[in-house]
Amino acid sequence: MPKLTVKDVEYVAELAHLTLDGATKERLAQELGSILEYMDKLNELDTSQVEPMMHALEMTNIFRCDEVQPSLSRDVALQNAPKTDGEYFLVPKILDTE
Amino acid sequence: MDYEAVIGLEVHVELNTNSKMFCGCSTTFHAPPNTCVCPVCLGMPGVLPAINRKAVEYGIAVGLVLNCTISKWSKMDRKNYFYPDLAKNYQISQYDLPLAYGGWLDVEVDGRTKRIGITRAHLEEDTARNTHTLGGGDSGVDFNRSGVPLLEIVTEPDIRSAQEAYAYLTLLKQILSYLGVSDCNMEEGSLRAEANVSVRRVGDPKLGVKTEIKNVASFSGTYKAIEYEIARQISVLSRGESVVQETRGWDPDRGITVSQRSKESAHDYRYFPEPDLVPIAVNDEWVEKIRASLPELPRARKQRFVTQYSLSEYDAGVLTTTRAMAEYFEETVRAGAPPKPAANWIMGDLQALLTESKQEISSCRIAPSDLAEMIILIEKGTISGKIAKDLLPEMFATGSPPDKLIKEKNLVQLSDISELESIAREVIAANPGPAADYRAGKTKALGFLVGQLMKATQGRANPKLANELLIKELNKIS
Amino acid sequence: MAKEWFRLTAHEIRDAVLGGAVSAEEVTRSFLSRIEQVDSKVCAYVDVWRDAAISRAREIDARIRKEGFRGALAGVPISIKDVLCTKQGYTTCCSKILRGYRSPFDATVVERLWEAGAIFLGKTNMDEFAMGSSTENSAVQLTRNPWNLDYVPGGSSGGSAASVAADEAACSLGSDTGGSIRQPAACCGCVGLKPTYGRVSRYGLVAFASSLDQIGPFTKDVEDCALMLGTIAGRDPRDSTSVDLPVPDYCQALNKDIKGLRVGMPREYFTEALGGEVREKIEEAIRSLEKLGAEVVEVRLPHTEYAIAVYYIICTAEASANLARFDGVRYGYRSPRATDMRQMYHLSRSEGFGPEVRRRIILGTYVLSSGYYDAYYLKAQKVRSLIRQDFVKAFEMCDVIVTPTSPTPAFRIGEKTDDPLQMYLSDIYTISVNLAAIPGLSMPCGFTKGGLPVGLQLLGKHFDEMTLLRVADAYEKNRGFDIGHPPIN
Ligand SMILES: [Mg+2]
Ligand SMILES: [Zn+2]
Repeated sequence: MPKLTVKDVEYVAELAHLTLDGATKERLAQELGSILEYMDKLNELDTSQVEPMMHALEMTNIFRCDEVQPSLSRDVALQNAPKTDGEYFLVPKILDTE
Repeated sequence: MDYEAVIGLEVHVELNTNSKMFCGCSTTFHAPPNTCVCPVCLGMPGVLPAINRKAVEYGIAVGLVLNCTISKWSKMDRKNYFYPDLAKNYQISQYDLPLAYGGWLDVEVDGRTKRIGITRAHLEEDTARNTHTLGGGDSGVDFNRSGVPLLEIVTEPDIRSAQEAYAYLTLLKQILSYLGVSDCNMEEGSLRAEANVSVRRVGDPKLGVKTEIKNVASFSGTYKAIEYEIARQISVLSRGESVVQETRGWDPDRGITVSQRSKESAHDYRYFPEPDLVPIAVNDEWVEKIRASLPELPRARKQRFVTQYSLSEYDAGVLTTTRAMAEYFEETVRAGAPPKPAANWIMGDLQALLTESKQEISSCRIAPSDLAEMIILIEKGTISGKIAKDLLPEMFATGSPPDKLIKEKNLVQLSDISELESIAREVIAANPGPAADYRAGKTKALGFLVGQLMKATQGRANPKLANELLIKELNKIS
Repeated sequence: MAKEWFRLTAHEIRDAVLGGAVSAEEVTRSFLSRIEQVDSKVCAYVDVWRDAAISRAREIDARIRKEGFRGALAGVPISIKDVLCTKQGYTTCCSKILRGYRSPFDATVVERLWEAGAIFLGKTNMDEFAMGSSTENSAVQLTRNPWNLDYVPGGSSGGSAASVAADEAACSLGSDTGGSIRQPAACCGCVGLKPTYGRVSRYGLVAFASSLDQIGPFTKDVEDCALMLGTIAGRDPRDSTSVDLPVPDYCQALNKDIKGLRVGMPREYFTEALGGEVREKIEEAIRSLEKLGAEVVEVRLPHTEYAIAVYYIICTAEASANLARFDGVRYGYRSPRATDMRQMYHLSRSEGFGPEVRRRIILGTYVLSSGYYDAYYLKAQKVRSLIRQDFVKAFEMCDVIVTPTSPTPAFRIGEKTDDPLQMYLSDIYTISVNLAAIPGLSMPCGFTKGGLPVGLQLLGKHFDEMTLLRVADAYEKNRGFDIGHPPIN
């Protein structure tokens, strides 16, 4: 049983919003399959008593004050936009069902 | 067979902090598109979020008034999905450790109290707004709302009718307004409700298949949508068919819910802890400090109004509908007005003026102390109640104090006995017929004569005095 | 012949500029002509800011003259990895998806260097989005190792390392997620430091893996490393993970002895697998440390063998989310073939990202996807705890740990197989450091017979860069050889 099927790759590519051609899907299924197999190594370890290290440092409660700071001018905000009408970022028509 | 509905509500509340959840951009609603944006809320490469402390404190405050447990340890997570209104294509939200959980809210429905469980309240960021009305076949995205702090409040599936849902939403909105944590403006989208609706046979412990009703613009819309959806599901089941799990929208024109089945059937959000933010640890000291700063809530205030001001349950209820109105009333009383007349004036004439001009009491030009002064002048007999009814709209329009307007318009009540006596004599002389009628025992004629006297004084005569003096004069001559 | 200012270290240049021996402008012109002369061979830069650098140098000269400006890096020409946001020029992460992107702000580290009087020469080449160990994954160009142009400079900060090694910059800034500063520093024979996670603000660093990324310097010697770290370190309110600890004067670490200091050798790092010239040079370096009075002790890092699996789960998971923002809506590449929303996303991202980036996004999405989170991501975070504990325990036995930076010296361009797993396995000595969030420094400890530098890695306790620099400085001054300059002109 392969660790990763082409169907798995297709499902994940859809989640990641990537389109892959057939050959790439096959190759990725194989490559990532062997990487995942390698990762199964972790199951050798009993971690039932281990807390996950969710953050690199043990810090809490880092906040900022509720103060308004200057925003960007609209020209600068839009300067990198692939498509704009000078007011909005433009994208292909959004359908409600999407 | 009888069916019962099982309803859960999810409410998204925009918190009215000055700045956004993770950046310093203003949260103001009325700004031209893409002018309240910065690299952080545009999700530009290289940026990092920084949590707004005020938003956390607002979240804790709401958690407390909803009788929730405040998490000693909570954290932010990333919720991953793609949409053009989502700047980073992940939303920073809270997944398994919400800020508050396990609370309840008691609502009144048909004179009965119903307890609705609160599953959780968690912090997250709002998305941008898409505009479909631009020409050229494109949609436009405005990121001004991107990153505005949101509190998502989720109930248990305890709600059994559209009426209960409506009562819950109205009370929740009232409480949130009292707390001052949100503008609760549904037109501006600062309060948005989604309903999960399913029906089942009465007595069946298993839940039916639910639908999710989204994008309803008002609570009354939610009420109607739930009512419709319950009826629709019952008729589907009665036909022996099954309900499809889906998202449905509300079409207010046709009065029906419509399927918005999304083709992306798999909602695989791939939540994981936000590595750019550190956990939030809330200790008792912080909670108690916030608890101590909570304002008096509507129910408690209503009870206090009944006892402290001897108001009826009904009046106390109306006056505590909003915090602003309750405060206005109390300031009026504090300025010396007796509570009952103050209540009547606020709930009656003043409310009518506000409704007519579509104003909120918070922006009313009549200062509570001026309203109090007007009421005191009536009590002292300086002006008549009738005069006051004309005076109030003047005060409302101009914001001037009553004494100034009274002087300007010469509205002081005539209580000078000698002056009124001479006017009474004139009125009797000018109306010999009715005077004779009165003397002949037709006491009804007195009303006419009083009216004539009021007319002669442009309504300024003290009506009680006018009555007395007319009778005295009429009797004298006979 | 004009003096070769480009050969000098940052502190030498700063002293010369502040002492009036040379103007910042002359120094800058010297570096710019060096770039002109050798960068067509090395290809370290993807963008050179010639005019801006000269006018900046003039500004520094004027401020020194008029205001008595005494910045810690006054007049020092510096290159910047293209993963750091700069208002000047472009910020592209050497990806097609960000071609032409202009950042509206400077990274915090860039601001801090600017305030210290640095002169920015331009942006350096890198593996696309810092994913790679050879800089071969750049969408822009191939960078060559200045010591041998047929070899890679290492990666992902290969351009930064090569620019410093080839004397095209006095120092550089890079980023290190799993070794991306230390490994190219080792390959190119310079000093590279990955500070403790949280020591340096990440604001303005285009994120690869947020819980692992850290910015650090490339320099020609340890003193410059101390100087650069002191300038960029410290709390930044824009980075909630930057730590509010006082920044010590790292130059206090210099010229100290290391008598009695305990140097740990992790048994798991010196196995049969480590062979040849690298092992020889590392052992030589350890003997030098012993001669300086250090005490060598064996330490254990028992979870070492799990580090690569943990690393590639965590870094790809975080990357899959961090790279989701590149969608063609607000900035970056949008496929001209896209006519609807789905195509806008799918085509823009598929055409804009290179193959290694796509591979990691797919892997990272998979390990987070429904049903696999606990088996991969959560499991990895738990084992990460164990790896971190290993280091905490090891540091009860020693003050620093010494290891090779990389199992091999730089390899030939195009030599590495297409097998990504084999490629990932070569990060074995560097990635645990990022997982444990501790600081790590790589410095040259000799050359192979083929003339390629070998890197020695020193690891320290959390926020103890001071001891790292102290050992590194003592070793550098007593290692008995001169790094010299690569044979390139
Ligand atoms: Mg939500
Ligand atoms: Zn912003």
